[in-house]
Amino acid sequence: MEKLFPKMQIINENGEWNDETYRGEITEELTKELYTKMLRSRLFDRKGVNLQRQGRIGTYVPFEGQEASQIGSAMAMGEGDWMFPTYRDHAATMTFGHSLKTLFLYWKGRQEGCIPPEGKNIFPPAVPIASQLLHATGAAWAEKLKGTDRASIVYFGDGATSEGDFHEGLNFASVFNAPVVFFNQNNGFAISVPIEKQMKSKTIAQKAVAYEMEGVRLDGNDVFAVYFHTRTAVERARKGEGPTLIEAVTWRYGAHTTADDPTKYRNQEESVNRRETTDPILRLERFMKNENMWDEKWGADLQESLTLEIEAAVKEMEEAQAPHYNDVFDHVFAENPWPIESQKEAYAHSRGDR
Amino acid sequence: MTTAVDTKKLTMVQAVTDGMRVMMKEHENVIVLGEDVGQNGGVFRATDGLVAEFGENRVIDTPLAESGIIGTSIGLAMNGFKPIAEMQFLGFIYPAFNQIMTHASRIRARTLGHFTVPMVIRAPFGAGVRAPEIHSDSVEALFTGMPGMKVVVPSNPYDAKGMLVSAIEDPDPVLFLEPMRCYRSTKMDVPDGKYNVPLGKAARLQEGDDVTIFAYGAMIEVVMKAAKTAEEKGIKCDVIDLRTLYPLDKEMIAESVQKTGRAVIVHEAPGTGGLGETIISLINDTSFLYMKAPIERVTGFDTPVPMFALEDHYLPSADRVVQAIEKVTQF
Repeated sequence: MEKLFPKMQIINENGEWNDETYRGEITEELTKELYTKMLRSRLFDRKGVNLQRQGRIGTYVPFEGQEASQIGSAMAMGEGDWMFPTYRDHAATMTFGHSLKTLFLYWKGRQEGCIPPEGKNIFPPAVPIASQLLHATGAAWAEKLKGTDRASIVYFGDGATSEGDFHEGLNFASVFNAPVVFFNQNNGFAISVPIEKQMKSKTIAQKAVAYEMEGVRLDGNDVFAVYFHTRTAVERARKGEGPTLIEAVTWRYGAHTTADDPTKYRNQEESVNRRETTDPILRLERFMKNENMWDEKWGADLQESLTLEIEAAVKEMEEAQAPHYNDVFDHVFAENPWPIESQKEAYAHSRGDR
Repeated sequence: MTTAVDTKKLTMVQAVTDGMRVMMKEHENVIVLGEDVGQNGGVFRATDGLVAEFGENRVIDTPLAESGIIGTSIGLAMNGFKPIAEMQFLGFIYPAFNQIMTHASRIRARTLGHFTVPMVIRAPFGAGVRAPEIHSDSVEALFTGMPGMKVVVPSNPYDAKGMLVSAIEDPDPVLFLEPMRCYRSTKMDVPDGKYNVPLGKAARLQEGDDVTIFAYGAMIEVVMKAAKTAEEKGIKCDVIDLRTLYPLDKEMIAESVQKTGRAVIVHEAPGTGGLGETIISLINDTSFLYMKAPIERVTGFDTPVPMFALEDHYLPSADRVVQAIEKVTQF
């Protein structure tokens, strides 16, 4: 079965061509855009970990290593499409429209972190596992019923494929031919449980066969492979040709969350050593050098400007006006039922506010 | 001046169908989905005829997957549709509990109102129709304890249609529970067109000064029988059909017990954690000094609903309700 789902790759670990199908489209402009977005998200991610260590935000969920998967796929989506992230997909959501401030606010425990900018269809991060696959299917199905050509993309990890909602999501999307891209980031672990203990199947892509849909396995650390193959899946969805299951094989260097200790279940030295072969940013940098697209000054300037952007977002997050406690009460229903209204009044009274 | 309103004699299940039909005619975004709701018209025929009238894009037979039905309804609801999702029985809702608890009921709160899921979940429930095991569960308290959900239970055909219309028009998710025992037990004049029975409002079914009986759904028939027996013994009951379980009609509950000073609460769901405890707490908050006796509850037991050979033992009976009425009046 593994042979039926080869890991698609456009550039290899050394940044050399493996598949030249898209050579004409891989311009310096596109390459630099992808590199910029990946570096931006990595610096954001490292800042997130540091802010948590300093107690300036709450538990943070890092993604370093998964930048190519998230950014390549998000870049394939268009205006008006829908995105259903998990709690780990900040690189995808910042590519699709979330501001850095919004993302930091989420980890600061602020509801505002769940709200996308006007006109951007980004759902709040799904905290349960795999439940969001059904929302993506429902939203995509709605677009189909409305007669638009908009599509949904939904993110999930390898552990999610063991949940019932994974199968229900694929089955509903298949039965109703919903324009949805199921984007799996397979990083080999569901917290501490390695994929060998998660499933007997050798690939996740092959699970598409059971649902009579396209299954694609790709190198999730090759941003070009992710971008072009996701774009194909989105085009297929727009044309009414149904859903696609994409398995992006990747690797995350850090912990599941900042509350977790990966050294208990994974050899971290080996993980760090994998950077030579798996780091998507290093790979793109090698490619740019091979293709004479790299300029040291450009790289240094970029690093500096992105650092400044991230610091500015941190400042905005930390200077954001504290939320009013009435936000606890005022958005559960369109109109407050009396139990919530009386609890709100009692709480205000207890604070001496009325 | 009065305006004549055309009515039809309908059973509750027919009134439910009529409520959906009226709203589907009025709003193109109202869709019905669930298992067997199309050609088969639902296991109780609640969606009978709708697919012929509105087509398969609006009355949708789904795969057999409760979480799938609710999860996709969430996506449809927040993207412009008004799904009415049918669970074949409330006892089959458990696979969908995660979707309702972690998403449907809290998306508005999580996004400060940016995303909402205006949807209705319909589910037949309750014992007394000799259904197989699991089918008869009465677990409404799981949902009244779920922030962000409204929970309603009609007990007659008129209310069923009017409350379903209100549930469909409600901007938030509503769990619409249909007592199976009431589906075909009575017929009633039901207006042809659209009308609303507001959510959050109880109904006084009988006036009395001695004791208040609170009930809902299939227990209404039981408590009306008990109230008649009590009246023969000289005890006059105020009978309140709660109709909406979240939020409760605080005003009517308080007004009635402040008049009678005594209360009996009847529901077939388990006693512990049941709605009766919430009502007692509400009476404590609003009317403690008016009470002349401790409040009595007649409820199902803290046991699984038994298979039907034993269900009559499980269900509150009129005799048990009469005993409770006598206990509070003789205190």
